[in-house]
Amino acid sequence: MKQFALMAALLAPVSALADVDPADWDAVLTEAEGQTVYWNAWGGSTTTNDFIAWVGDRVAEDYGVTLEHVKLTDTADAVTRVLAEKQAGENEDGAIDMIWINGANFAAMKDADLLFGPYAEQLPNWAFVDVDGKTVQTDFTVPVEGYESPWAMAQVVFIQDTADLAEPLGDMNAILEWSAANPGRFTYPQPPDFLGTTFLKQALVDLLDDPSVLAEPATDDNYAEVTAPLWAFLDELTPTLWRSGRAYPATGPAQLQLIADGEVDLAVSFSPGEATAAIANNQLPDTVRTFVLDKGTIGNASFVAIPYNSSSAAGAMVVANFLMSPEAQVRAQDPEVLGYGTVLDVDALPAEDREAFDVLELGIATLSPAELGTVQAEPHPSWMTRIGDDWMERYGVAR
Amino acid sequence: MTRRFPPLLPALTLLAMLGPVAAGLWGTLLPAFGHLPAAGISGPSLDPFRDLFAWAGLPRAVLLSISTGLFATAISLLIVVLVTAGWSGTRSFRVLERLLSPLLSVPHAAAAFGLAFLIAPSGWVSRLFSPGLTGWERPPDLLIVQDSWGLAMTAGLIVKEVPFLLLITLAALGQADAKRSVTVAQALGYGRLTGWLKTVFPRVYGQIRPPVYVVLAYAMSVVDVAVILGPNTPPPLSVQIVRWMSDPDLAMRLEGAAGALLQLALVVGALAFWRLGEVIIARLGRRWIAAGGRGRADPVVARIGLALGGASALVVLLGLGVLAIWSFAGFWGFPDALPDQFTWRNWMRFGPGTLDALGETAIIASVAASTALILTIGCLEAEYRYDLHLSRRGVWLLYLPLLIPQTAFLPGLQTMMLGLGADVGRGPVIMAHLVFVLPYVFLSLADPFRAWDARIGTIAAALGAGPDGVLWRVRLPMLLRPILTALAVGLAVSVGQYLPTLLIGGGRVSTLTTEAVALASGGDRRAIGVYGLMQTGAALVPFTLALLIPAMVWRNRRGLRHG
Repeated sequence: MKQFALMAALLAPVSALADVDPADWDAVLTEAEGQTVYWNAWGGSTTTNDFIAWVGDRVAEDYGVTLEHVKLTDTADAVTRVLAEKQAGENEDGAIDMIWINGANFAAMKDADLLFGPYAEQLPNWAFVDVDGKTVQTDFTVPVEGYESPWAMAQVVFIQDTADLAEPLGDMNAILEWSAANPGRFTYPQPPDFLGTTFLKQALVDLLDDPSVLAEPATDDNYAEVTAPLWAFLDELTPTLWRSGRAYPATGPAQLQLIADGEVDLAVSFSPGEATAAIANNQLPDTVRTFVLDKGTIGNASFVAIPYNSSSAAGAMVVANFLMSPEAQVRAQDPEVLGYGTVLDVDALPAEDREAFDVLELGIATLSPAELGTVQAEPHPSWMTRIGDDWMERYGVAR
Repeated sequence: MTRRFPPLLPALTLLAMLGPVAAGLWGTLLPAFGHLPAAGISGPSLDPFRDLFAWAGLPRAVLLSISTGLFATAISLLIVVLVTAGWSGTRSFRVLERLLSPLLSVPHAAAAFGLAFLIAPSGWVSRLFSPGLTGWERPPDLLIVQDSWGLAMTAGLIVKEVPFLLLITLAALGQADAKRSVTVAQALGYGRLTGWLKTVFPRVYGQIRPPVYVVLAYAMSVVDVAVILGPNTPPPLSVQIVRWMSDPDLAMRLEGAAGALLQLALVVGALAFWRLGEVIIARLGRRWIAAGGRGRADPVVARIGLALGGASALVVLLGLGVLAIWSFAGFWGFPDALPDQFTWRNWMRFGPGTLDALGETAIIASVAASTALILTIGCLEAEYRYDLHLSRRGVWLLYLPLLIPQTAFLPGLQTMMLGLGADVGRGPVIMAHLVFVLPYVFLSLADPFRAWDARIGTIAAALGAGPDGVLWRVRLPMLLRPILTALAVGLAVSVGQYLPTLLIGGGRVSTLTTEAVALASGGDRRAIGVYGLMQTGAALVPFTLALLIPAMVWRNRRGLRHG
């Protein structure tokens, strides 16, 4: 009988207050204390993993929230998981409390009503977010509507090994010319890796005279015509790539390893500070620098979202809020740590916090905000999906 | 005969192994025929298969799956047979055995990374000879790793399967009366290798056939090795299935499910092909035996076998060496043979994380493996006492969890566990591991257990021992070595599980393997080095014990040391 009582106690579902109100922050804090938040985030970058571990220490200290980093190889795994839970009727206590997300994964989850919210704009630290200057209210043109909160800004930069490639390249055609003259010295992560598809989008945006057409969903009518320059460019570029385009690195960090191995001299990155952080971690030679294209490069925000069936939504909101705090943002921007751009409007911050940003050293391979130049908008996700599929048809199978 | 031994255990075992598989397959079958209510699609329809066959990469992906599977299995079996035939009982063999056995525990992913970093154009081999001999200041642009034919991947599988098959062969040798047969054959003028092949091999192969089939099925549907060493334009079918299954667009899961069924069909087809090959080889072999050749080429062939076995061990060991160097490396550029500086920094950074994961890995593996061992012994003993015999078809049920690609039934299994409210956490993960651990343990133990000479039991019974006494005091002690080997195999299998841990644990259960594979996707070799070494250690200890304990316990029982 005793055992039975014990088992019953163990099996009893933890009563979850699913409808915690984000606007009542004190109630959120009270409820969050003691909760465990399972943050599903891509685990392939050791610098990011270290940062998340630090966030865990801090929220445990200040709010009594335990943060567990669930290291994903692919964010889509988390989406799949939440969907499977919904399918099985697990609406109260899902395995995932928070996801590092953006773009197509966000669009898919929002579409399928798999997200908790809206909550983002009720978080206390939202007040400092640079709503006007940064694309934090749309995600790949999809309106966010408070279903995810931003925590880092990203922008495409190119990493060059100045030992072999001294001068920055101004546009995609210059990259093509250089690659043709130096065959086998450039590659990009294989789509559907997000950095690989980002390179394709960047190429398209740069090749088009007027990329504004990309803000609208792709249609059967305009898709072929708009993307024609991209395929012409890739047809020329591919034979000049590393391994003649018969193999590609799987991810961004794998591509950095190729630079360190001396196999390539040019790589694409979605984080202006990544190169500096990688030099500090011995992952890149100190001859590495970064550059952007003359017309500018694509930028977007990284978000976190909370699944609709999280039993620790309060704890997740506390973490999401902490991620937007000046303290976390300064640390994320420190090139020795992550080198991610901040989502905050630094000029609007209290003097003390502003100074913390001002004293940050950029690092030897990081461009200043002025040097980063124009931030181009992300195309609508439909472009990325179709281009990714077509890339796989054209270059992803044996030729 | 007392009926104290519950015949319930066989039923329980089958349920633990097949229940999840059946449920998982059902969850694959429905979407493959166009039925996935979660995505708002209801069937039945053949569209998923139509889409699958319309994929331009399919012929190549299928070919890769078949060729890597067949070649990896055939070559690793050949190496093991030649080495055992030519050298068993010699000092060289014991050296090689000691070298290879621990390698079984090296996780596939770690071994694959080691291999990749050895043979890549910027790899260690190339660094050692550059620029001195080669004149390369920069690595040449050669497609060695991830080659279109999957040769690197096949090599990666071979170096991992040779230790597995060798250990299984060793476990079977004790029951095959090898030593006397070879002595008799040699007395008749046969060479050591030819004599072994003609007299011992047919008996040994009968015992190791199940593991060989498992190797074939595994090699055809492996994911982690294929991702690291295999081509990706297109990838082998298994990798593509995982991609489809994890596509944010749910409709792609239909195509993935259809692909999973195709993969299953391929595995079944390849097994049938292999079986046909067995028949042909057996027929040719009988003629070869009857021809009476004494094996003049034996010394040469044996040396080739030893060289191949040694090479496959060396590759993994060098690969581990490279992992170790990376785990201590500061910056390490081409063409330096060693890093600029060595540092503890990587271990400081990643060490604490590995310890947490190690604890979780150890708990899960030991519970899963010992449960599997108890169930297996229970089954086999019940089979013996009640004279139950699995029919030929029944035996195949045991193989199902190993012959069905993991990708085919795990997502469906996940849904089932969710439906039962049993998802998330250590317990369900252990249950999921049991699905894979049980058959391996059973397959490792069943044949040695059955091959045990029942007359010894009869003698013991005549001396007054009851069935339990025979089991505990005679049979199990005599089978100590195969039992420990089976347990070690179970532990290693559990340590290496990636997809079940990730899917069923909802990502909340972090083992060394899930952490290592997550890191692998990022390619940080320093982190991979640290985790790979820790993971290797976790599975190394049980295998060491499986070799040491029988040797120690039976130090004064020569006849039992190989039994």
